Amino acid sequence: MGGSGSRLSKELLVEYQDLTFLTKQEILLAHRWFCELLPQEHRSVEESLQARVSLEQILSLPELKRLIALHRAAVKIAMQSAWPSACNTANPFKERICRVFSTSPTRDSLSFEDFLDLLSVFSDTATPDIKSHYAFRIFDFDDDGTLNREDLSQLVNCLTGEGEDTRLSASEMKQLIDNILEESDIDRDGTINLSEFQHVISRSPDFASSFKIVL
Amino acid sequence: MSRSLAFVLNVPETPQDPEDSQEPSPYDESEVHDSFHQLIQEQSRWVAEEGLELQQRVLGAGALGASGSDRQALLGPEGAPVYSTATLRILASMPSRTIGRSRGAIISQYYSRTVRLRRRAGWPQLRDVGRSARPSLRLYDLELDPVVLEEEEKRGLLVKELQGLTVAQRDHMLRGMPLSLAEKRCLREESRPPRGKRRVRGRHGLLSCCSRLRDSCILASHNLGLALLSGLQALMPWHYALKRIGGQFGSSVLSYFLFLKTLLAFNTLLLLPLLAFIVAVQAAFPPAPSGSTPAFRGLELLTGGGCFTHTVMYYGYYSNVTLNQPCASPLDGGQCTPAAGGLPYNMPLAYLFTVGVAFFITCITLVYSMSRSFGESYRVGSTSGVHAVTVFCSWDYKVTQKWASRLQHDNIRTQLKELLAEGQLWQRPRRACGRLQQGAVLGLVWLLCLGTTLVCALAVYTFSELVIQQSRVSAERDWALLALPLVVCLLNLGAPYLFRVLAVLERHDSPVLEVYVAICRNLILKVVILGILCYHWLGRRVGTLKDQCWEDFVGQELYRLMVMDFIFTLLDTLLGELVWRLISEKRSQRKGKPEFDIAGNVLELIYGQTLTWLGVLFSPLLPAMQIIKLLFLFYVKKTSLMANCQAPRRPWKASHMSTVFISLLCFPSFLGAAVFLCYAIWQVKPSSICGPFRTLDTMYEAGKVWVRQLEEAGPGVSWLPWIHRYLVESAFPIYLASALLLAVIYLNIQVVKGQRKVICLLKEQLSNEGEDKIFLINKLQRIYERKERSRCVGYLGEEENLSLLRKEKKEMKELCAGGKVELGVSHALSLLSATPVFLFLNIYLFYLFFGCVGS
Repeated sequence: MGGSGSRLSKELLVEYQDLTFLTKQEILLAHRWFCELLPQEHRSVEESLQARVSLEQILSLPELKRLIALHRAAVKIAMQSAWPSACNTANPFKERICRVFSTSPTRDSLSFEDFLDLLSVFSDTATPDIKSHYAFRIFDFDDDGTLNREDLSQLVNCLTGEGEDTRLSASEMKQLIDNILEESDIDRDGTINLSEFQHVISRSPDFASSFKIVL
Repeated sequence: MSRSLAFVLNVPETPQDPEDSQEPSPYDESEVHDSFHQLIQEQSRWVAEEGLELQQRVLGAGALGASGSDRQALLGPEGAPVYSTATLRILASMPSRTIGRSRGAIISQYYSRTVRLRRRAGWPQLRDVGRSARPSLRLYDLELDPVVLEEEEKRGLLVKELQGLTVAQRDHMLRGMPLSLAEKRCLREESRPPRGKRRVRGRHGLLSCCSRLRDSCILASHNLGLALLSGLQALMPWHYALKRIGGQFGSSVLSYFLFLKTLLAFNTLLLLPLLAFIVAVQAAFPPAPSGSTPAFRGLELLTGGGCFTHTVMYYGYYSNVTLNQPCASPLDGGQCTPAAGGLPYNMPLAYLFTVGVAFFITCITLVYSMSRSFGESYRVGSTSGVHAVTVFCSWDYKVTQKWASRLQHDNIRTQLKELLAEGQLWQRPRRACGRLQQGAVLGLVWLLCLGTTLVCALAVYTFSELVIQQSRVSAERDWALLALPLVVCLLNLGAPYLFRVLAVLERHDSPVLEVYVAICRNLILKVVILGILCYHWLGRRVGTLKDQCWEDFVGQELYRLMVMDFIFTLLDTLLGELVWRLISEKRSQRKGKPEFDIAGNVLELIYGQTLTWLGVLFSPLLPAMQIIKLLFLFYVKKTSLMANCQAPRRPWKASHMSTVFISLLCFPSFLGAAVFLCYAIWQVKPSSICGPFRTLDTMYEAGKVWVRQLEEAGPGVSWLPWIHRYLVESAFPIYLASALLLAVIYLNIQVVKGQRKVICLLKEQLSNEGEDKIFLINKLQRIYERKERSRCVGYLGEEENLSLLRKEKKEMKELCAGGKVELGVSHALSLLSATPVFLFLNIYLFYLFFGCVGS
C-alpha cells in the first residue's frame, strides 16, 4: 500500500517470522498500521522500529481511523476491519494489555516489536501455554505474581462494567471471590498463582478461541 | 566453549546417566538440600540486613501479632491472614509466585525445560556437543532459587542450552517463551552456534556437515510451510465476514457459521471424487440420446425433473457399458492397475467404487474431526469450577464493537448473578409439592411433543400413500410432484415453533439443559420423518415404478426436498426473524431483538446435509447443489443476523456445543444415510431400463461380476479374487476387526479409568500439601515473631524455611504432573470416539451377511 512506502528488510522479516506466531502478511500489515500512527516524516523503516507509540495515541485510534478514512479510501477498508481490538475502546483490559506488553521503563508506550509481541500472543497459532501466561499477567493488576482478592475483584469489575449501577454488590463480590478461590486455589494459600491459573484455564477449551484477536 | 568441554570431562557421569526420568533421585535430594541451605542462609542474612528499618514498624504490630498469631494458626485457609513483612517477603520470593512476575524466573523455567527437551531428543552428535553445557544437578533445579543466581548468569546458561538444540527446536523454544521480542532476538543472536569452532574440532566433520544439511533442510521446509500457510490465509474465504460476526455477536453465534463452513468442506470433499471419476468421464463419453428432451420451462428448477432428467444429474443417465478406451484416457487412475495395462473403464464399477470411496473418506474425516473435538472439549477429572472458569475465560477478545462489548458486560453480569443465585438455590431444597408439579408439567410437555411428532409422522405416511394412489390413477403432473416435499417442509417448519411454545411452559433450571431438550425433540421429529420417507421410497415406490427409473425418481424427490427446504429456510429467515423482530420491538418498548436460535439453525443444516448424503447414489451432483445452497445460506443468514438478531443472552459453551453438533452430524445423520445406501446397494433390485446396473440383480453384483471376470482373465491378478473371496465375502476378517476394535476401546477405557484414579490421588495429595504449607507458613510467622522479640537469629527458623521450600517445590512438581496426566487422558478419550467406525463396520457386516444369505 502506498502509505508507508518503506518495507521491512527481508532478514528482519524472516527473524520476526521465526520468533513470533505471525505470518509474513500479518507482520507487514502490522507494520503498516504501526506506521499510520507515526507522524508523516518519521515513517522510514529505521525510525518506525525505534519509535514508540504512547498509550493515549493507541487508544485514540478510532478517531485517527476516521481521519485517515477521509483521506484515503484504500486505507479505509484495511483499517476499518483490521485494527486489533486489544487497543480498541471496547476492550476493558486495553490498558492492562498495553502495560503488560510494553518494554519501556514507564510502561506506557509500545514499540513496533512490542506490538508484534502482542499480536503474536493473540494470534491463532500461539500455544495455549503462552496465552495463559499472558492472560495471567493481564489479570494480575498489581504485578505481584499472584492473583489475590484485590486482583480478582478488579477483574470482576472489568468484566461486569465499571459503573456504579453495573457492579456486583459487595456481598455478591465476596461470595464470588470465595467461590473462585475455593475452586482454583489448590494449595489454599489465599491467592492463585500461575500454575493454579493455568490449571483452571486448561479445563476450559473455550479460552484458546476467545483469547484471540483476529487480524 | 572448548574450555568448558575440557572441564566437563572431569565431572563424574554416573549420577546423571542412569536416571532419565525427571524426578530427582535421593542423591539429588541432598544436592537440593544443600542448595536450599545456601538459599536460606542468604535469605535470612538478607532479611536480617534489610529488615532492620522495618523492625520498628513490625514491632509496633508485634503487640497485635502476639495476640493474633494463635488466631491465624486457627484461621487457616479462609480469609487472608495478616503476616509480618518478613514472612511476606519469603512468600513473595517463593518460586510459584515469581514465575508469573519476574523475567529471571521465566528464564530459569525455560532453561530447565530446554534441558529436559534436549535430554529427550538424543541425537548422538548433539549429545557430544551438549556435554559442555550439560547441567549438573544443582543447575537442573535452578528454577528453585531465583534469588541466588544473578539473572545474567542464568541467561548465560540458557544460551548455552539453546546452543545445544537444532535450529528448528531452538526457534520453536524461543517462540514459546513469554519474553519480549527484543529479548528473544538477543537470545537467538547469542545462541547461534559458533560454527567455525565446531568444524575445526574435527572428527565429527561429516556428521556436522550432515547436521547442517539437515538444519538447512528443516529451515527450508519451515519457510516453505510458512509461505504455504500465508498463501492459504490469503485464500481463506469469509475471513472478514467471520471476523465481523465474531466481533459483534461473540463466539457462540460464530460457531454456527463455522459449522456451516465445515459442512461446505465436507461437501467439497464428497463432490471432488464424484466429479472426477463419474461425472466428467460420463460427460466425456455421452450415451446415445434417448428421444427428445423436453423444453426448459422454469418449473424444473423446483422439481428437478423435465429436461434435467436425462443429464449427468441423475443415476439414470449413466451407462452400463465399459467405456472402451485404453488406460491413457483421462481421469481413470483409480481403476487402472498397472498389471492390466489396457483395462477399459468399467462404468458400473467406477460408479460403485467412487461412491463407496467418497463415503469412506467422509466417514474418516468426520470421525477424525469428532475425536479431535472430543479431545478438546472434554477433559477427564475436570470437576466443577464454574465460577473460576466464568471469570477467567468468558471475556471474548474478538469483540470489537462498543455496543457488543456492553452487551458482553451485561451477559457476564447476569451469568455471574445467576451462578451465585444458583449456588444459594442448591442450598435450600425445593418443596415436594413444587417438585411434583414441575414433574407433571415436564411429563405433559414431553407427551405433547411426542404426540406432535407422531401426528406429523402419520400425516407424512398417509400423504405419501395418497400420492402413490394418485399416481396410479393419473399421470403425474409437475405440481403434484411438489406436494409431498411441501407437506414435509411445512411440518418441519411448524413443529419446532410448537415445541418452542411448549418449552416456555416447562421452566428448566439450567439453560444448557433447555437447549439439549430442544435439540432432542427436533431431532426425533426429523429422524422419524426421514425414516418414513426412506421407507416410502425404497419400500413402496420401487414396487410401483415398475416401468420407470425409480432411482431417478428418488434422486428427484431428494432434490425437491432440498430445494423446498432451502426456500423454507429463506422464508423463515427473512420473514420469520423480521416479523419476530417487529413484533418484539412493538410489544416491548425497550430495544429487544430476537435471539439467534443457534441450535435450531444448526439442526436445519444437519437435516440438509442428511438429504445430500441420502441422495448421493441417485444423483451424483447433489453435493454441488448443497454447496450452492450453503453459499447462499451463509450470506442470507449473515445479513439477517446483522439486521434482525442479537446474540443469545444465555451462557453458551461454544466448544461443547460444536462437539455435540459434529456428533449429531456423525451419529444419526451420516450413519443413517450410510445404512440407507447400504440397503439400496445390497438389497434392492436396480431398475432394468436405466442406469449403470440395469442388467444386475443388485448394485453389489457389479463387484462380483468384475471379480469373476478377473478370475477368468488369468493368473496375473489372481490375488484380487483371493482377497475378495477371503476378506470381503467371508465374515471372519470383519469379526476379527470388530474384536480388535473392541479390545482397543476396552483398553482405552481401562487406561482412562486408571488415569482418573491417579488424578484423584494427586488431587488429594495436593490438598494435603497445601494444608502443610499453611501450617508451615504459620509456624514460620510465629518463629519470626519470636525472633523479633528476642532479636537474635536462631537456627530453628532455617529448618522451618528449608522444609517450607521443599514442600513448595514438591507441590510445583505435582501440579505439573497433574496437568500432564490430564492432557494424556484427553488424548486417550479422543480415541474412544472411534466407535462410529466400529458401528459402521458392524452395519457393513450385517448387510454382507444378508447379501450372502440372499445370494
